[in-house]
Amino acid sequence: MTPFLDLTDLAIAYPPRRVIEGVSLRMDRAGIGCLLGPSGCGKTTLLRAIAGFEPLQRGSIRLRGGELSRPGWTLPPEQRRIGMMFQDLALFPHLTVADNVAFGLRGWKAAERRARVHELLRLVGLDEYARRYPHQISGGQQQRVALARALAPRPGLLLLDEPFSSLDVALREGLAREIRAILLREGIGGLLVSHDQFEAFAFADEIGVLREGRLLQWDSAYNLYHRPVDRFVADFIGQGVLLPGRIGEDGRVLTELGIIDGALPDGYAPGDAVEVLVRPDDVIHDDASPLNAEVAERAFRGAEFLYTLRLASGARLLCLASSHHNHALEQRIGIRLDIDHRVMFRRGHGAGAEAGRND
Amino acid sequence: MEVDITRFQLLSRWKRGVWARADRWTWLVVGVALALALPVLTVFATALQPAGPVWRHLAATVLADYVRDSVLLMLGVGVGALLIGVPAAWLTSIHEFPGRRWFEWALLLPMAIPAYIVAYTYTGLLDFAGPLQTALRDWFHWTRRDYWFPEVRSLPGAVAMLALVLYPYVYLLARAAFLDQSVAVLEVSRTLGAGPWRRFFAVSLPMARPALIAGVSLVQMEALADYGTVQYFGVGTFTTGIFRVWHGMGDSAAAAQLAALLLLFVFTLLAFERLSRRRARFHHTGNRRQRPTRIALRGKRRWLATVVCLLPLLFGFLIPAGQLTIWAARTAPHMLDGRFLRLLTSSLSLALGAALLILALALLLGYGRRLRPWPLTRLAVRYAGLGYAVPGTVIAIGVMLPFAALDRGLDGWARHWFGVSTGLLLSGTLAALLFAYCARFLPVALHSIEAGLARIRPSMDDAARSLGSGPRAVLWRVHVPMLRGSLLTAVLLVFVDVLKELPATLILRPFNFNTLAVRAYELASDERLADSAPFALAIVLAGIGPVILLSRAMGRSRPGYDAVP
Repeated sequence: MTPFLDLTDLAIAYPPRRVIEGVSLRMDRAGIGCLLGPSGCGKTTLLRAIAGFEPLQRGSIRLRGGELSRPGWTLPPEQRRIGMMFQDLALFPHLTVADNVAFGLRGWKAAERRARVHELLRLVGLDEYARRYPHQISGGQQQRVALARALAPRPGLLLLDEPFSSLDVALREGLAREIRAILLREGIGGLLVSHDQFEAFAFADEIGVLREGRLLQWDSAYNLYHRPVDRFVADFIGQGVLLPGRIGEDGRVLTELGIIDGALPDGYAPGDAVEVLVRPDDVIHDDASPLNAEVAERAFRGAEFLYTLRLASGARLLCLASSHHNHALEQRIGIRLDIDHRVMFRRGHGAGAEAGRND
Repeated sequence: MEVDITRFQLLSRWKRGVWARADRWTWLVVGVALALALPVLTVFATALQPAGPVWRHLAATVLADYVRDSVLLMLGVGVGALLIGVPAAWLTSIHEFPGRRWFEWALLLPMAIPAYIVAYTYTGLLDFAGPLQTALRDWFHWTRRDYWFPEVRSLPGAVAMLALVLYPYVYLLARAAFLDQSVAVLEVSRTLGAGPWRRFFAVSLPMARPALIAGVSLVQMEALADYGTVQYFGVGTFTTGIFRVWHGMGDSAAAAQLAALLLLFVFTLLAFERLSRRRARFHHTGNRRQRPTRIALRGKRRWLATVVCLLPLLFGFLIPAGQLTIWAARTAPHMLDGRFLRLLTSSLSLALGAALLILALALLLGYGRRLRPWPLTRLAVRYAGLGYAVPGTVIAIGVMLPFAALDRGLDGWARHWFGVSTGLLLSGTLAALLFAYCARFLPVALHSIEAGLARIRPSMDDAARSLGSGPRAVLWRVHVPMLRGSLLTAVLLVFVDVLKELPATLILRPFNFNTLAVRAYELASDERLADSAPFALAIVLAGIGPVILLSRAMGRSRPGYDAVP
């Protein structure tokens, strides 16, 4: 089966700087993906390359098997049938809401065009605002107009360049979910660019983490959290600490908090110094446990407390506990580890150190 | 080092081959820019020819006078514009006094009158037979020998005329600089015990220095470019010299050499102006944008301020415009005939045609540069933008020479192959004149369009592209509608500039073709001052349009006032 979107070994440069280096990713069906990374990681450049605004130095971009870009040749954006929502929305200020939505429908019969505009405005719940100008409607409404405009020409793929960043958090998640539902219903693939993991989790089925122009991992949100392949991914997605330990003769890892079980991945040998990823939800507060640690910081989050614990060695640990367990600073509380997937990295290596993963 | 990096980027971007049909835009931009640079390139190329007998004659006789008078004119006008513009700007931007709000924009009005019109108006007023001297003689029963009266048709006279109409450049830039200065700095100097004079000389003036240098450079460029005033006053500067050599001695090479020398002066000033503008940005102190509390002047001072602001307006606009109105009222009955109407239509349609042509070219350059923001296009557009600094006389020479050469070539070719003479196909036609206008006034339109384009976020282009519009469709469907205001401004500014243009039109106009400016100038030169007034007044009325635009832009850029997008 031809994959829906296929990027192979992309390289993009603003000479003399390489912005994207060796990125490959595949979306098998018209699902919803997200490119996640800190600012400056190249995620927007990658999105713009897919849209046809950035030429390639190397590699190729294919959509449903058809080649869109290769070095020296770039299908112009206007011929790609790829919709895009921009960070600043880029609504045309000189056109009404309806005319904005109709912008991409040139060449349609007038009646069909009217019907399509009407259909989309109803879809995003703005049919009463058709004659308003962009500056006459609210930020959230502008967002919907931008969505309707991008969807109107029935693109095969919709690219979203941080379109929610100007909205407040409450509005943001609702709209992300809404857009997701619309895309799935219309059978349009989506690719979002974001620096916010919660937005990514709420929106996308597959997420790619980018750092300095390289794609570190393209995976489900669950796997990114529980099975990061890279120290950076582990650090960037969710919270957690890296607990030092050493691999024992039987492949188990010995740490200050005892033994952590798991199969030994390739390339690791008994005796190696490693660090094990410990998420806050891996640390269970248990008064009956022989292990204990001192509360160094605490943050009340309503349903739960996030405790920062100090171990005897001075190492720190994060622990999520039900908010019934109200402990004061410097109090010692009992904990035990409950790690499903042991993720470890070699100690002493830089951030790019190879990950050892076991299932 | 820097050059190498640029070249590297250029080459590598080149190799990137943005889009299959991309380079059409690049070549179009570069081609248009090169064509527009042709006059200046021609002048420099011709100037490199070995010096002929005329040039040697010039060098031995009048060249030193041309240089001296040009330099004196430049310095005098610069000082004059500073002395008028800076106090006016200082008063209207920081203080409050009767009429302040009104003076703020009215002080720009002298810009509406071309210097040569002011010059002959004052000649009419002040010469021996003029109303002032006649009145003096009548009152005191003097005869010609009983008194001394300054001769207006002289170098100091030319300096005064040019300073009176050019000071608004200094005024505008100084005003912007004063308003931009952090209020905190002025308040600090007050807490340190500095009185108003000390604050002006020790704080505000030094901080505004880059803006003042830029303003004076602009004024001096205009002064060097002036032809009508100096010719009318019989002052021998570069521009009058070029005319004399061109028309009187018929030596194009010597004229071009003189023009090249003038260009060196102009480009030096241009370099000063650009440099100070860049520096002015660094002199911007503090980001606290606060509406400055104006200092309310009291007692005698407030009326003194009013007078200081009223004088330039009076001498730069009210008196000349009033005199023109009086003359025009007297001569209009016999001057406003069919001929006047024909002249008006041909002049207006020429200006409108030129403005639309220039608008199209400027749009092409501005948009092309936006589409292909490469060093090559950027360089091309920058050079196409130099034309405004080049005096009309120089442009005219630079257009005439290649057009004449082309005509000679065509003629020779036609005679050789067909035995017919084509005569002058291009030179001496409107085509040559329009080309000269393009080379000179394109930067005006380009400036306005580029400022407008800069306000359209690049994501607008991208959004339109992703919705299926090609580059040309984006221009028509997104940019042109959004740029409406900028486009109108550009057309109006160029239209008025073309209407006022004198030296290039004098040299390049087709036989028997006249414009308002040329006719006004011809009549004035024939001492028919009153008869020329209707033509001059028409130009002045048209010139008020850009002044209104400028004053509105001034209002918008006032700190604390949020511009409506």
